Amino acid sequence: MKPQRSVLFCRCAFARVVPDDVKNDVLKHLVHSAEPFDAVGDLCEMSARKDPTLVDLAAQGNLTVVACYPRAVKWLFSAAGAPLPTEGVEVLNMRTDDAQTICQRLTPGFSNATPDASSSSGESAPAESSLSGGSA
Amino acid sequence: MIARKSSTLRVVLYEGRDSRPLPAELRLELTQTLLDRGFLVSSVKPNGALSKFQQPHILVLGAFEQAVSPLATDAQSDTQVHVRNVDGLALSAICELVDDVSKLADGEDADSSGNSSPADPKSPRWKPWFPVIDYDRCTNCMQCLSFCLFDVYGVTKAGQITVQNQSNCKTDCPACSRVCPEVAILFPKYKAGPINGDEISSDDVRREAMKVDISSLLGGDIYSMLRDRSAKAKSRFSKERDDDRALKERQRCLTKLQQNIEGLDIPAEVLSSLPSADSIRERAEKAKQKAQEALQMNAQNKNV
Repeated sequence: MKPQRSVLFCRCAFARVVPDDVKNDVLKHLVHSAEPFDAVGDLCEMSARKDPTLVDLAAQGNLTVVACYPRAVKWLFSAAGAPLPTEGVEVLNMRTDDAQTICQRLTPGFSNATPDASSSSGESAPAESSLSGGSA
Repeated sequence: MIARKSSTLRVVLYEGRDSRPLPAELRLELTQTLLDRGFLVSSVKPNGALSKFQQPHILVLGAFEQAVSPLATDAQSDTQVHVRNVDGLALSAICELVDDVSKLADGEDADSSGNSSPADPKSPRWKPWFPVIDYDRCTNCMQCLSFCLFDVYGVTKAGQITVQNQSNCKTDCPACSRVCPEVAILFPKYKAGPINGDEISSDDVRREAMKVDISSLLGGDIYSMLRDRSAKAKSRFSKERDDDRALKERQRCLTKLQQNIEGLDIPAEVLSSLPSADSIRERAEKAKQKAQEALQMNAQNKNV
């Protein structure tokens, strides 16, 4: 049986690289949804501290991480001694995708997170979601 | 080396059986506030299960319909489970409850593992700025180790480059990633790609491939420039002995250096806080030696 999907949200609390409107709208969507989720203040900070919670998170098979670039997320977990499995992990990128796109990925069928979610935009066009990273 | 340390307190916003949902606005504000304070927050919904993490302390907040026991111990994990009924409480009152339990948890942690140092990454003032290595790309060339003056990098027993002292890294300075010939060093909080973890284009790779030898291309220039400036400054300072002028000279030198190495994107604060040229030379030589030793060790291991 496929394990229940876990959602991990990173608030990137120590920097302004994730647009505020995107992270606030996505968090609002999660908080108001019927799905359980875990949220952390800052994945980078946890990675630097080698927080064992990252090991537990990485071990949870079916995981969606809502944070930043998949390559960064992959190696942040790895640096903490908690490598993510190559299968069953999806990374949604709040630096490139708008809130509505991310909310749709979190809740298929979702059409509008909040009245202002559709106006939220990230840095550029669509986020990648695989963990393979850039390999040019 | 940074200690492996768990987030001390995990706050669970419980909305499952025997509880009423928290008011929507309060739930959002509370989640945002707790995250900004660095807590791990888990939201449990009526049909959802709590993820299993090895946390020493869990604080469960809920609008419980009946009286709850304030403290229990999970026999399987030894986790201390604190429970508080927040029915009808305002945000500020809930935050006070969280602070009280957090202090309790921190106190126990300090008793068992000692106090944290000011440079401890657990400190809320430390901006988590440090290099992250993409081992899919890294060729273990040790150029980053050779370049960094602040002992951020090290080598594992197996001879692999590693980030050893994250908190030594100079905030907002991505210089070592600029000198990596394989685009293998990330700073996830950097403004632009591919250093921030964005995908790497063929242009990025072509550009980096030109940086074949950092010691002649960048490192050598930087340090020889500093040495020259230092020698000139020394002869002047020996006559004048003016500390203020010495400082101004170093700042002028570093400003010029920054102009000459445009593109490294080293923040002015980092440049102005660099040690003296003599100290830079000494550190650079040590770093280079460390890198050479690691390369030699790896070459020997290959031959065995």
